[in-house]
Amino acid sequence: MSDQQSTNKSAEPAVHKVFADLHNRYAVRGLEEIRPDLAFLRAGRDEAVAILTHARSIHGYRHLAFFTAIDQIEEERFELLYMLHSYELKHDLGVIVEIPREGEACAMDTIHHLWPAAETYQRELREMFGIDFPESPGLQDDFALEGWEDIPPMRKEFDTREYSERVYYTRPGRAKTDNRGYMKEKIYPSEAETW
Amino acid sequence: MAPTDTHTRRYQESGAPADSAVANPDPRTITTVPEDPATLATPDVRTVDGQLRIITEELRLANEGLRPEDRSNFCDHPPEVIKPFRAFWENFLNWARSESLWVLGFGTGCGAIELRPLMTSRFDMYQYGIQPRPTPRQSSVFVIGGYASVKTMKRIVRSYEQMQGPKFVLGLGSCTINGGMYWDSYNTVNRLDHYIPVDVYIAGCMPRPEALLAGFMKLKEQIKAGQCEGANRYAENFEWYKANQKRIIKNWDMPDYNW
Repeated sequence: MSDQQSTNKSAEPAVHKVFADLHNRYAVRGLEEIRPDLAFLRAGRDEAVAILTHARSIHGYRHLAFFTAIDQIEEERFELLYMLHSYELKHDLGVIVEIPREGEACAMDTIHHLWPAAETYQRELREMFGIDFPESPGLQDDFALEGWEDIPPMRKEFDTREYSERVYYTRPGRAKTDNRGYMKEKIYPSEAETW
Repeated sequence: MAPTDTHTRRYQESGAPADSAVANPDPRTITTVPEDPATLATPDVRTVDGQLRIITEELRLANEGLRPEDRSNFCDHPPEVIKPFRAFWENFLNWARSESLWVLGFGTGCGAIELRPLMTSRFDMYQYGIQPRPTPRQSSVFVIGGYASVKTMKRIVRSYEQMQGPKFVLGLGSCTINGGMYWDSYNTVNRLDHYIPVDVYIAGCMPRPEALLAGFMKLKEQIKAGQCEGANRYAENFEWYKANQKRIIKNWDMPDYNW
């Protein structure tokens, strides 16, 4: 508890030293402190692995909680999100890296040498988003999909409904109901004016 | 390919109403007689020579998904229709089959969680002659527990074919009927009966264990009435089922029929 109190309530939380150190060494930007125990920052693609290595080895962010991608199709880029956790600081640090979403440039350096589990995340990102991680082991192996031939299904330009209707046989007779209207009328009539 | 006339005739004779899904008095279960595959369009399956070859000219399985050097290791005999015995004997056998339902312990989706309460003392499925078995070779009932993804579908087909006939399929949950809440998913099949024959559907998401028991009771009634000829339907319309399966299972690296 003493750790947490010092993190939360003292004038200068311990994680601020980490942010200052990362700012001094690397071109990180866009620091967002969502909560005392959660912060995000943005890193360049070339420096990201160095930042992750530094945070892991020097500042104790030893745990890769998850690693995923967000498809920002309007801005024509993927955002890779590395979520790290420090047991000493009791703090989550999200490192966001922007990469182009098309062509050869849709690739990122592998981090499986830092966390062996990242190999699985990278296999999944290759399969679901089409992001390449050169030299990541087993990258081309099937993960959840087997024999997938279309564009990767988690990319936003993939029309999952059109694909489903084209490939799987739809059973006729499915009706759509107005759930919101039904709930408004039947279940919460007294709260209807607040909707 | 068209199913033989005997298939259609047997179904008409068996007295299964075509709209039994509506007429069923028990709202917890839906039983449907599958559509006649002959009325459905043949799926388009891309193959090397532009034409799907499942049965060769010598009436053997082509097994084109296997490597040529592996083909001799697998049986290439297509499944055959096993004709029912004469009335009395077949009725006796159907009674015996219906009172000894052995369920394959393969939870294919989230619905498999509803099988667990049946095993314990509250619902106690053993009192109805239902018990789980660890291998398809010993099982007669395959409960498809909810959504079937393409990856699972491959294992479902393989397990179903390895079961010895007569074999019955229970479709558990809305997903097996029309895809349920995953109806527009890129990875969930919408209609299970296009890939394996289904005897009884249990609607719900999730159906309660009571509904599952009601489905088992419905299955027993159907077996005793001689209506559960799924394995024969599968053999008669083998090429139609195979074409549907191969249309979604792109990495077909197993024999065309898993004996």
